[in-house]
Amino acid sequence: MSKLKNTDQANEEMSEKSAKITTSEPANPDMDLLRFTTAGSVDDGKSTLIGRLLYDSKSIFEDQWAALETTAGNRSGGEVNLALLTDGLRAEREQGITIDVAYRYFATPKRKFIIADTPGHEQYTRNMVTGASTADLAIILIDARKGVLTQSRRHAFLSSLLQIPHLVVAVNKMDLVDYSEERFDEIIHDFQNFSENLDVSDITFIPISALKGDNIVNSRDNMPWYRGATLLHHLEHVKVGSRKNAQDFRFPVQYVIRPDQDYRGFAGRMVSGNIRVGEEVTILPSGEQTRIASIQTPDGPADEAKTGVSVVLEIEHEVDISRGDMIVRKNNIPECKTAFEATVSWMSKEPLRVDKPYILMQTSRSTQALVMDVRYRINVDSLHREDAGELGLNEIGRVSIETAQPLFFDAYKINNATGSFIMIDPDSNVTVGAGMIRSTSTTALSDQATLKQEEAAHTPDLQNRNLTWEPWNIGREEREDRNSHKAHVIWFTGASGAGKSTIARALERKLWDLGQRTMLLDGDQVRHGLNSDLGFDPADRKENIRRVGEVARLFFEHGNVVLCTFVSPYRKDRQAVRELFPEGRFTEVYVHCEPETLQLRDPKGLYRKAKEGKLRSLTGYDADHEAPEGEALSVDTDRAGVDEAVSLILKELNVKS
Amino acid sequence: MNKEGSTGLEKQSPASAGTPFQRSAHLKSIEEEAIFVMREVAAQFERPVLLFSGGKDSIVMVHLAEKAFRPGKFPFPLMHIDTGHNFDETLEFRDKLVERTGARLIVGSVQESIDKGRVREEDGPEASRNGLQTVTLLDTLKAHNVDCALGGGRRDEEKARAKERFFSHRDAFGQWDPKNQRPELWWLFNGRKNPGEHFRVFPLSNWTEMDIWQYIATEEIPIPSLYFSHKRRVFNRRGTWLDDSDFITRYPDEKTEEKIVRFRTIGDATCTGAVLSQASSLEEIIAEVAAARVTERGNRHDDKRSEAAMEDRKKLGYF
Ligand SMILES: Nc1nc2c(ncn2[C@@H]2O[C@H](COP(=O)(O)OP(=O)(O)O)[C@@H](O)[C@H]2O)c(=O)[nH]1
Repeated sequence: MSKLKNTDQANEEMSEKSAKITTSEPANPDMDLLRFTTAGSVDDGKSTLIGRLLYDSKSIFEDQWAALETTAGNRSGGEVNLALLTDGLRAEREQGITIDVAYRYFATPKRKFIIADTPGHEQYTRNMVTGASTADLAIILIDARKGVLTQSRRHAFLSSLLQIPHLVVAVNKMDLVDYSEERFDEIIHDFQNFSENLDVSDITFIPISALKGDNIVNSRDNMPWYRGATLLHHLEHVKVGSRKNAQDFRFPVQYVIRPDQDYRGFAGRMVSGNIRVGEEVTILPSGEQTRIASIQTPDGPADEAKTGVSVVLEIEHEVDISRGDMIVRKNNIPECKTAFEATVSWMSKEPLRVDKPYILMQTSRSTQALVMDVRYRINVDSLHREDAGELGLNEIGRVSIETAQPLFFDAYKINNATGSFIMIDPDSNVTVGAGMIRSTSTTALSDQATLKQEEAAHTPDLQNRNLTWEPWNIGREEREDRNSHKAHVIWFTGASGAGKSTIARALERKLWDLGQRTMLLDGDQVRHGLNSDLGFDPADRKENIRRVGEVARLFFEHGNVVLCTFVSPYRKDRQAVRELFPEGRFTEVYVHCEPETLQLRDPKGLYRKAKEGKLRSLTGYDADHEAPEGEALSVDTDRAGVDEAVSLILKELNVKS
Repeated sequence: MNKEGSTGLEKQSPASAGTPFQRSAHLKSIEEEAIFVMREVAAQFERPVLLFSGGKDSIVMVHLAEKAFRPGKFPFPLMHIDTGHNFDETLEFRDKLVERTGARLIVGSVQESIDKGRVREEDGPEASRNGLQTVTLLDTLKAHNVDCALGGGRRDEEKARAKERFFSHRDAFGQWDPKNQRPELWWLFNGRKNPGEHFRVFPLSNWTEMDIWQYIATEEIPIPSLYFSHKRRVFNRRGTWLDDSDFITRYPDEKTEEKIVRFRTIGDATCTGAVLSQASSLEEIIAEVAAARVTERGNRHDDKRSEAAMEDRKKLGYF
């Protein structure tokens, strides 16, 4: 076993350096800040490494050091155990104190460092996610004797999930493998095999001995074959701030400053992008447009504000803005939605549940949220997807979420600041989950913002701000359980006379006889009541379908099989309806036949009227029907009979007759 | 890579335009963080206060609060828990600061707590009002319905604080439950609580002692003269130089003498130790703080120990 004494020589070499630290520290105006996290399995040497960095950078007070030497006296032959410097944690664990992330600080003349040290036991995933959320760099420790373990892969995966820009794989205990270059290469090879599948751009491998100090601050000549930088050199020179998104101006309003009647400023942080006085901006959610009138920094007025700084913005027009609103550039608007897909890391003993409302905090917004579906759980060791109905402590999964109020977000990958959120249990007020938004949901319920966003440029009112949204008191799943069948929507589309209603009626009767709960929504019916105010131009047709979609959704949530027969000629409108329902719960049936057949059947006399010129824009006559392109059943009623059509659909629904 | 790293965005930021001293990117970054946290407190809580001890950390806090809400005034009062055993300079400095900022000052008086029988005064040479502060603090917070108290605590102060949160939840009895701390991710701070509970929030969590001094220097923040070396009548108790104060009962063998000293922390006069020092400018203090890490073994040793112990007691009271 080596004694610290052996490294005294190295320490002496360093004392010259430390003198430099002392004198140049106050004067260096270029000194910047690197936040990094350390990951390793128990006994890989993480504490030793951190102790070594603190010690070698002289960030340890002498009394602490002396205390260590005293303790070390009881240990194996006077060896000072560097690990003890950071190991206050061990005792605390015994007392049951939460151990998640401990922060350490050290500095060199070039940089200050904040280490988020996450202990590597049971709670590991939660801890590392927490530490990684603000880190610019992660050090993953690997014991050279053990090589790449399951845990190492887990650490790499979590780093990539949290999008830490730089990864350092520190292969430790090189002294115990005779400083072997082959061993080092082998580990690099193993690690790369795995990391190829991950989303990490910058990986640096460094062979070290934390205990002896090889390649930590100095190279110490035991590994002449290694030409790369020492760990500290790398930490000092790696680029910081790569997490920042400098392109997309996003300014979540944090607080309104109103010292007097004449001044009304919006305080917040430039979480991404830059802005200048005079630029045109849009306020979310109101959609109002105005210009930046002034920028106030903590050091006084400025013409411009850049990523990361806290400023106060004044705008030209009197617009009602409060905390949670977002100021963005006119032509660069984030997603404004109430539904999205996210990866969630669960941090509570109480599992994440789909029927429980949570509070979701994202930027400066806070709103009620429901997890609609746990799509799958990610096994953090194998990276395999597993079926899951809920997520337990330290589990990570892909979920779809709906919020009561729209969020203004970008995908986490593009913008960490607007793509991240936390989930809070409203009963305990504790933070129970951390999420990274992946994309807009494909199964948006009540998603007004989705439709309206396309028109955002023209429509000021992005979202009805008085709209509050409550989860259903009795959820659909419960109703489905009682009914012993799933709710479903079958959407028949096609020209008048194609046979939609005939098939739908036969099908409904069949389902009803099988004991299912059903509802049939018919175009004519709805047009006489709910939609009697609508005509047949494209805008009204669109609104017609939108309302029908919402009605269908109510019946769907009530647990019914909902059959809808609507001409619905536009693909886009049908798509919008489809998006109201979860994947796999919406079946489109395209009912069609030759135009001659339509005119022959003409059950409502419409084609005759059109021929006589009494009716315009009749689908199937002088207006087109856009046939479905994607997944849809197709029934040609020139060829197939009603019974055939009914069995085809039943088969699709997996209903045995 | 190196080149890119050292020409960070911050360097060209307008924030540096008006200041005579060039603040390092690192100081800007932690300043930024502290300002963000303070604004978050103003937004999330209804009746926050800033705990003001008169020491350098709380002076830096007030400075940051001013910057965070400019051109407005910071929207919370200062709260001073007064042990009654102050250095004259502390109160003088406090009152000037209050006058300049226009802030409201709430004073919680330990003397009053003693008079009311809420706590019992210790006696003897080791008597201190440090421990009594906790009661006064909690009483004062309660009397003013405070739902969040901003404190100047730093994680580098001691090992146990390394895991403290920016937003630290306290139950209805003002107690901290270390077993039930909330994880803190990104810059999303969860300040939700039940009525009667409150939060302690520490915007300086990521600052080190060195950062505080460098920031005071670059921002040219006035600090009490006690921090600079001066002649003072002091006596030595177990390696710590204590002020020749009427508040401290002396052991028979304790003799006062005149020394050139300065204070590293300023708190209750009965337990704030001075250090022998010639540092009479910020530059010299910074050099001394930096050097304290590598030299002065031996005699600094005991000094530091007792200082740490004092910090502990302070923490029981304050944090
Ligand atoms: N030989 C050798 N031993 C090491 C090295 N780094 C750490 N160790 C030893 O490995 C053991 C575990 O180290 P520790 O830092 O406590 O691991 P942690 O659990 O990851 O914090 C201790 O006995 C260390 O002395 C190294 O580079 N070489």
